[in-house]
Amino acid sequence: MQGLLRGLVYGGLIITVLMTATAWGMWLERKLAARMQSRIGPNVVGKFGLLQPVADLMKLLQKEEIYPIGADRLLFDLAPFLVTTFAIATAAVVPFSADAVGADLDVGILWVLALGGLMVIPVWMAGWASNNKFALIGGMRAVAQSISYGVPLVLTSLVAVVFTGTMSLSGMVKFQIAHGWLALWPPGPGVIAFLLFYMALLAESNRIPFDIPEAESELVAGITTEYTGMKFGLLYVGEYVHTMVGSAIAAVIFLGGWDGPFHIASGLHWMVIKTVALFASVYWVRWSLLRFRSDQLMRLCWVYLVPLSVGLVIFAALWRHFVLS
Amino acid sequence: MNARHPGPTTDRYRLEQMDADADLMVLNFGPQHPSTHGVFRIKLILDGEVVVRAIPYAGYLHRGVEKLLEKLTFAQGVPIVDKNDYVSPMTNEQALVMAFEKLLKIEVPRRARWMRTIFAELQRVASHMLWLGTFALDMGGALGGGSGVFIYTFRERDYILDLFEMVTGGRFHYNTHTIGGNRHDIPAGWDREVFKVLDLIESRLPEYEAMSSNNAIFVARTKGVGVIDKDLALGLGLTGPILRASGVPFDLRRDAPYHAYDELKVNVATATAGDCQARAQVRVAELRESIRLVRDGLAGLPAGGINGGKPIKMPQQFKAMAGQAYVGIDTPRGELGTFVVAGGGDKGTAPYRCKIRAPSLHALSALPWILPGHTVSDVVVILGSLDPIMGEVDR
Amino acid sequence: MDGNLASSGGTQAQAWMAAVGFVLFSMVIAATMLGAAKLFAVRSKNPGSLRDRPYECGEEPVGETHIQFHPRYYVVALFFVLFDVEAAFLFPWALVLSKLGVAGLVLMAVFMAVLMLGWLYALKKEALRWQ
Repeated sequence: MQGLLRGLVYGGLIITVLMTATAWGMWLERKLAARMQSRIGPNVVGKFGLLQPVADLMKLLQKEEIYPIGADRLLFDLAPFLVTTFAIATAAVVPFSADAVGADLDVGILWVLALGGLMVIPVWMAGWASNNKFALIGGMRAVAQSISYGVPLVLTSLVAVVFTGTMSLSGMVKFQIAHGWLALWPPGPGVIAFLLFYMALLAESNRIPFDIPEAESELVAGITTEYTGMKFGLLYVGEYVHTMVGSAIAAVIFLGGWDGPFHIASGLHWMVIKTVALFASVYWVRWSLLRFRSDQLMRLCWVYLVPLSVGLVIFAALWRHFVLS
Repeated sequence: MNARHPGPTTDRYRLEQMDADADLMVLNFGPQHPSTHGVFRIKLILDGEVVVRAIPYAGYLHRGVEKLLEKLTFAQGVPIVDKNDYVSPMTNEQALVMAFEKLLKIEVPRRARWMRTIFAELQRVASHMLWLGTFALDMGGALGGGSGVFIYTFRERDYILDLFEMVTGGRFHYNTHTIGGNRHDIPAGWDREVFKVLDLIESRLPEYEAMSSNNAIFVARTKGVGVIDKDLALGLGLTGPILRASGVPFDLRRDAPYHAYDELKVNVATATAGDCQARAQVRVAELRESIRLVRDGLAGLPAGGINGGKPIKMPQQFKAMAGQAYVGIDTPRGELGTFVVAGGGDKGTAPYRCKIRAPSLHALSALPWILPGHTVSDVVVILGSLDPIMGEVDR
Repeated sequence: MDGNLASSGGTQAQAWMAAVGFVLFSMVIAATMLGAAKLFAVRSKNPGSLRDRPYECGEEPVGETHIQFHPRYYVVALFFVLFDVEAAFLFPWALVLSKLGVAGLVLMAVFMAVLMLGWLYALKKEALRWQ
């Protein structure tokens, strides 16, 4: 019971911070994109447009909820709910510092991978239930992309497990505090594994160049085509939260989590800096690259990334065996 | 390309009945779609994501321009056609005015012809800039890298519109071409502004190329996609960059010179692959060539009057004998032709019939042949590479 | 509520309960947002109008949306299951790797080699192509 209480209290704290951070992350993205395109970006609502996310929320809350003819109403409603739930719940095992962790599971990495894998279901639900062909194609693409990139994601996190010998996320950080950050220490493969992991995470959260499920120039809005109001908002927020949590997880597994060159208190600030930097880099990439075609993405994954990550696992095992022990 | 669905669409009418097949999906692509470049509809018959058949429908932007031209006098017709190819209004006016001049047998002064050349080439820069931006938009989306390219190129286009505004006072409805010459002479110091803008655009071109045609993802998306071979291009009457990208070095500016092109040498850019990448390369090469042409044109701009004969007071002054004339010019999209028939007599103040040959319409007619076998994502890219302007397709 | 439960003597059972609490809270957040939308959203005066029709670029939808897809899409799912089951075997192996010695390495190398042979076969057969 004590555990449940802790989950609720810590959950309340972490989720509130996370959602706020995500809202401001959206603002940050819009500002970044605007700077990259010689625009100003949001600047009307509040100082520097800082209240823009609040205004967006207010707007979305008031929008009419439309159910397209022939839609499966239950699944149509359930999909955004589940997307947001899964996206947020992933954060449960992320150690933001040695103490600030919702549930320090000893199989934390599995929790992350499992929830990431579950994400496919509501996305497909949304695509199918909309009774819309663009949504359906978007859903198909989302499923194919998520499960394909799930493989390198699992394999690269396996690399981290082999190196550190633990599946607990905070255990991984402790290992990195002792042996150096994974992205840096086995000099080449570490950073490759990190990049692969991060790429796969991008693909899971549908960001350019992996955003074919909602490629708006082709599929109008993909799975979100028929969604209005807060349900659209939840699908949208779910993606941002996913990206934010994914950045945090990448920072924990490969960039040493709350470890940093010097220490102030719990090191929470290092985690924040790393997460925000990774989050911003996602949008840097997003606003500078064009989009791959769906079959090219699949090919990239199955022909190059999968064998590469298998090779990395083998390398990690050898490294673990001959260097670390 | 997909080996399972090769070949062109032939039997168009059987397609409509394929809807019942459980494995195929019928998808309306347009008219209200983010990347159909206006209101254009393609009915796609999909096997999964692969296009099996494509049936284009045009006509959503029909405004009856050709009929309208019959009701207006010759001089009144000019501002109407500005809106046809709304990315390149200058060349629309020129094509119409030149046909009327040929019909009415009016000579255009040398200076006016050189000015028209400069306007046409500046317009080509503006049009190709907009094309580059929208093409990147098709590939990168409004919420991705494509929009960056779009905003940059749109900015450059705006500089050129500023230049036109200095001359004509308008940014879109120039109405600067009259029958027999030009309405507005270029203001003092205009050439300096032009050189400034051209230098700016030329210095930024490598950057845009790095973001688009030299970008690895761009190449992956365009290479081998939407191949139009020489025979198909000639058979469908494709012109302009699309034809030149298919390996036919045909350019009206060189092969049937008008304006000042007999004195200004045009280097025709060609490519042989005939795919989207080739079309992009040709257009970027044309950008550079046009910049050079504007520079040369301004350097060699002759002095003199800009309007042939006496100044025109009343539009009704133009009276045509019964007869007909066709003039085709090379616009950014290909051969824009105007075929005008005059009835003579009482009705001689207006065309009896005016037919506009729109290059975009011919370009779109290639779609049923080149779309099958490609995925939905490629449809957008192929459509963008044809650079259709629905205003001139539907007229 | 001091410190890290798992490391400071707390059991994994408690950590799991905490995880459940976390999930509950995230469900509450999502439900609250949906509920608020139900409360504040405007309602149409004539529901069931043309606007409720699925969006298909302004045209009347032709044909079925929920069609049967070609089985080749299923192959991707099969591969995913294959590799993920493999990964499920590899995780416990990775944890005890240091205790297994060379034998553990060799065994897993053989296992992976078999898997990659299958991958190579699929590559040759063009089964990994998505279209």
